[in-house]
This record gives sequence, structure tokens and C-alpha cells, in this order.
Amino acid sequence: MERQNEYVLRTVEERGVRFVRLWFTDVLGFLKSVEITPAELQVALEEGMTFDGSTIEGYSRIQESDMLARPDPNTFELLATDEGDTAVARMFCDIARFSGDPFDGDPRQVLKRNLERAREKGFTFFVGPEMEFFYFRSGATVEPLDTAGYFELTAHDLGSRLRKQTVLRLEAMGIPVEYSFHENGPSQHEIDLRYTDALEMADNVMTFRLIAKEVAADHGVYATFMPKPITGAFGSGMHTHVSLFEGDVNAFHDPGDEYGMSKVAKHFIAGLLVHASEICAITNQWVNSYKRLIPGYEAPVYKCWARNNRSALVRVPLSKTGKNESSRIEFRAPDPACNPYLAFSLILAAGLRGIEEGYPLPPEATDNIYALTEAERLAEGIGSLPGSLRDALDAMEHSELVAQALGDHVFENFLVNKRREWADYKADVTPFEIARYLGTL
Amino acid sequence: MNELLLVFPDPAPPLLAQTLDLSGVRWKSVGNAAIAMQYEPADGWNGAVVCADDDPEGAFTLCRTLRKGDSRVESILLLITGAQLHDLEHREDLFDDFCLTPFHPKELEARLRHLMFRTGRSGSPEVASYGDLVLNFETYQAAVHGKPLDLTYMEYELLKFFVTHPGKVFTREQLLSRVWGYEYYGGARTVDVHVRRLRAKLGEENANLIQTVRSVGYRFGQSRWPASPPSRDI
Repeated sequence: MERQNEYVLRTVEERGVRFVRLWFTDVLGFLKSVEITPAELQVALEEGMTFDGSTIEGYSRIQESDMLARPDPNTFELLATDEGDTAVARMFCDIARFSGDPFDGDPRQVLKRNLERAREKGFTFFVGPEMEFFYFRSGATVEPLDTAGYFELTAHDLGSRLRKQTVLRLEAMGIPVEYSFHENGPSQHEIDLRYTDALEMADNVMTFRLIAKEVAADHGVYATFMPKPITGAFGSGMHTHVSLFEGDVNAFHDPGDEYGMSKVAKHFIAGLLVHASEICAITNQWVNSYKRLIPGYEAPVYKCWARNNRSALVRVPLSKTGKNESSRIEFRAPDPACNPYLAFSLILAAGLRGIEEGYPLPPEATDNIYALTEAERLAEGIGSLPGSLRDALDAMEHSELVAQALGDHVFENFLVNKRREWADYKADVTPFEIARYLGTL
Repeated sequence: MNELLLVFPDPAPPLLAQTLDLSGVRWKSVGNAAIAMQYEPADGWNGAVVCADDDPEGAFTLCRTLRKGDSRVESILLLITGAQLHDLEHREDLFDDFCLTPFHPKELEARLRHLMFRTGRSGSPEVASYGDLVLNFETYQAAVHGKPLDLTYMEYELLKFFVTHPGKVFTREQLLSRVWGYEYYGGARTVDVHVRRLRAKLGEENANLIQTVRSVGYRFGQSRWPASPPSRDI
């Protein structure tokens, strides 16, 4: 650790860095930042920075509000800003109690704990998310850039230009991008991040969301990761490609299998299907998330898997022959407004449970599964994802798997927070009701 | 550009040259004492490796010169054959350590490091460069064309390892154990991720400095060994 600290201190000095931002994440996945000057950096690296944890959602209770943010020097990165700006760097932090013990309510800690569990079994967990999002003219109204009135070439261009700039800034910050393109919805874009280990990817997702929003704001528009901002249009998902490696070997790959999938992969998928409803409140954590998870928009609804059906909950992409490292599965439920640390933790936990218990993989879903009636689907053993945040919370509350993977602190805090959100939503009289009922009832 | 090691004779024996290159040492071969004086760096030679098997007379003469005057070389490593051992008698003052040829590269590296350590010379230079790329080990900064690169700690360490070991192919496991140590979540695939990021930061022009050697691993810079396949990046 000393050499890493030395590296950070020297770089700050050599590069004339004026501010260092210490980043961490609250339980809902909002990025928190404490800015310090180089003069405070050495102490921060050695002892951590004190902050008041009672102000952070899902952190401590009042009687133990003093907490420490301990920067992880491996995450030190200069922030790519416009030329001529003051040099600013950032580091992600692990949160500790004032006594120095790791704080179990810190989402980054939760993910580290789950990765450690996988490592004890000899696995490393790799993740590659596809980030979908919309550009709107502001954060106040739903006004896409490229359907404004009539065919606007310049406005349409802006979205693609913003996306390109976002990609360049991500690459400059060492976050490689696999693909990026205009998505189905109006002003909807997708940027696919190249897979890396889950801890780094969760950090990357946090950085990504900030950069996408910053680039948009620089041009006077707004980028949103809201799961379903437009009624009747495609929502934004965060399809998450995952794989397990044992050393240099892809544990999901089996060239002799008809699907190219190993036993490990099949049990992992089975684990996801069995526990999908329980982890849904974390992978899809907002009231709005469930307006995306409806039939007709390529969003998953039924707990099934398939190779080519893009409405399946788990998709097994065809891997190119001979490229065993690309064998992976795609979990399509999460949306980009999730807390990536917690979402990756639960995807891993569900998959590992499938492996440990040897869950059998149900048969591949056929196309006509969507034409079946509810009763017919149930007869085939295919259930649905929760239809609302409330249903998801009920499923989570009874899940021993989720409680264990998140730890009591996060589990309880999250449920309290989300029950409150549901109560607020339930009490709200919506525009839908006014439009539908006021004139007739 | 300091920290230069003197090597005798000129040209240096191939195995010696390879060994020194791979251990990241900067060196210059000289044929006699006069040329040694001519090429002496401003802050003196970092040390000397004198190979005595072909031309013992020339070798001992050179050692004697290097021991005299202001520009005394503190660390002289003598390479001799087993049959020459008796030549060492009464010449103990002319060298600091010796190594039998044919030598094992690891042994030579270890003896050299040990000598450097004793004289306070680091042995490894403070600056390394490859083409337009320059690394300053003291300030932890890397630059291309004088423009600094924004690297994370591990990216810097990986690049440093590459630059100091040019032309050699390393497997992912080798890189992981030598650059990261074993305490890391990512496993061997982490190396791919970091190489991909380094390439992105090096920019298009220099991205192919780090080459993928199919089903083996990675190599930095041009291959020095004719035996290596001329495989390029995908």
C-alpha cells in the first residue's frame, strides 16, 4: 500500500493537481464526493477522512455518525476535464467506522465481501454492462432531442456527438468502451462497457453515469438513466453480461456442450432464474423500474432463458468458436438506475447459490412462450418477475439469500427506505387517474 | 541519460547482451580503455562487466585502468571460464566479484544487483524510454512526445515493467505475479483489461507498442529474438 500512496502523492505534486475528490456511494447508488486539497491528501491516505455518516442515505444511526472515508489508491485517476481546467483527481473510498473496522453498510464493502466468497471457491467474477440512457432538453420535462416537432438534423446530430464525446472521455479515463449506438427510443443511446472484474466495473458504472451527465450538461442538455421515462417507448436497461473465470480459464465454457455452456454456467443461470424475484428490488429499485418490465418492449417479464429471444430474462449469446473467453450469459433485468455494487453482489450470489446447490437448468424457452396464457406458463413452471416495487420488496424481505449477501445493515436500511417510497407513491394521485376518471366519475 | 554500465569486449557476447537487456540495464560495450574513457558518462560508469574468456590480457588491462584515477569504477564483475580460475591469483584488487562462464542469466543478474546495492548505485536507471515514450521512475510519470499520460498506479507499474523488459513475451500469469503480486480480485483476465486501458491511453499511434501474442500473452516493443513469430495485435 505504501508504494501506491507514494505514487498518488508524487503524481498530485508532479501534475499540479489542485483538488482530490474522494468518492463513495450511498445505499441507493448515488455518488457522494468529498473534495480535499493536496495538503490533506497524505493524512487522508494514511488515516482516512472523517465525515458525518448520518447525512448519507442508508449509513449510520445518529449515535455513531462519525465515519472514515479511506481512499483506495488503486483507483486514483485524473478526471478528464476540458483543456485548461484545473487538474482534478478522484479516488474511490472504502468506508470504515471510527474504530477503523470496515463499515458493513458501505455498498463497495458489500461487493468486496461477495467477491471474496466467490474467490474462496476459486472464481473471479467478470461483468460487462450495456448502459442505456436518454438525452432530454432538461431534467424537468420529457423532451427528446431528436423528435422535436419535425425532422431536425442538427438536434439529432447533437445526441450522437454527445455520445461520442462521452466515449472519448471514458476511454481517456481508462474505461474502455466496446460499442456505442443510437437505441430504439427517441434520443435513446447505448454505451457498452468492456468487461472487467466486478469491483472495478461497479466503480466504472459510477464514473460513467457522472461523465454522461456532465458531457450532456456541458451542452445544455440532460442525460437520464430513469428506467422508463416515456410511456409507450422502449425503456433503459442495463443488460449485464457476466462470466466466472477460474484463473485463466472461462468456467462458463464447454466446447463439447450443444450450447457451448459448462455445468457451472447452467447452474449459474438456474440460480438467477430461481432467485430473480428476490433480487429484483435491488436490480430494479425504483417505482418506475417496473414500468419498464412489461411485455412488448424487449424487456424481460418471464423467468426463462433462451439463446436468441431478446425478451428472455437470461440470454446466452452465441460465442464465436474457439473464443472461450467470450462465453458469458446476459442477465437482462437490471436497469441503469440501480446501485451497481449491490446489483452485481446479488447477481453473483444468486448464480453461486445455483452452483452450490446444483440447481437443474429448465429447458430453453421457445418463442411461443409469449403467446401462452398465464395458466399455461405456470403449468410449464415459468413464473413472472415482480409486477411492482411492492411485489419485489415482498419477495426480497423473505429472501435468506439476499439478507446474507447484503448483510443485515444494508438489507434492513434498504427495505425501510423503499417501503417509504412505495407508501409515497401509493398516496399520490397520478395524472393517469385525473385523465381517466375525473371527467367520467 | 545516466546509469550506464560498461561492458567488455566489443561487441558484447550475445548471451551477455540479452541478459543485460532483459534485466533492464542500460549498457555500452567498449573494446579498450581508451574507448572506455571516451564514452564515460558525466557521472561515471555505473559499473562494469568484463568478460575475460576470449582476451584475458585485454580484460585485465582494462580492469587495471578502471581501478586508477578519478573515474574509478566501483563495481567490476569479471566473467571467466573455469580453466582461468588460477589467473585470479594476485589480481584480487582488479575485480569486486566474478562469475564463471558459461553463466546462468539469473546468477549474473543477481551478482550484478548485489554489487550495485553495495556501492549505492541503484543499478536500475531513473529514466527509461522506448521511442517517444519516456518513464521517469523517480516522479512516477510517463509521457509520450513530452505529453504526460494520466495513469492509475497499476497501469503505471505495468507500463514500467513492459518498458524495462522490451521484446520479451510474458504470459498473463507471469505479468500478474510480477506486476500485481497475487493479492488481487481480478485474476489473469485483469491483465487484458489493463493492457486494453494502457493502449487506449497510449493513443492510436502507440497502442501497438503492446502486442498480443496469440495464445501466449503480451510483448512490449519489437521482438529481439528471430525465433519469435512476427505476430501482430488483433
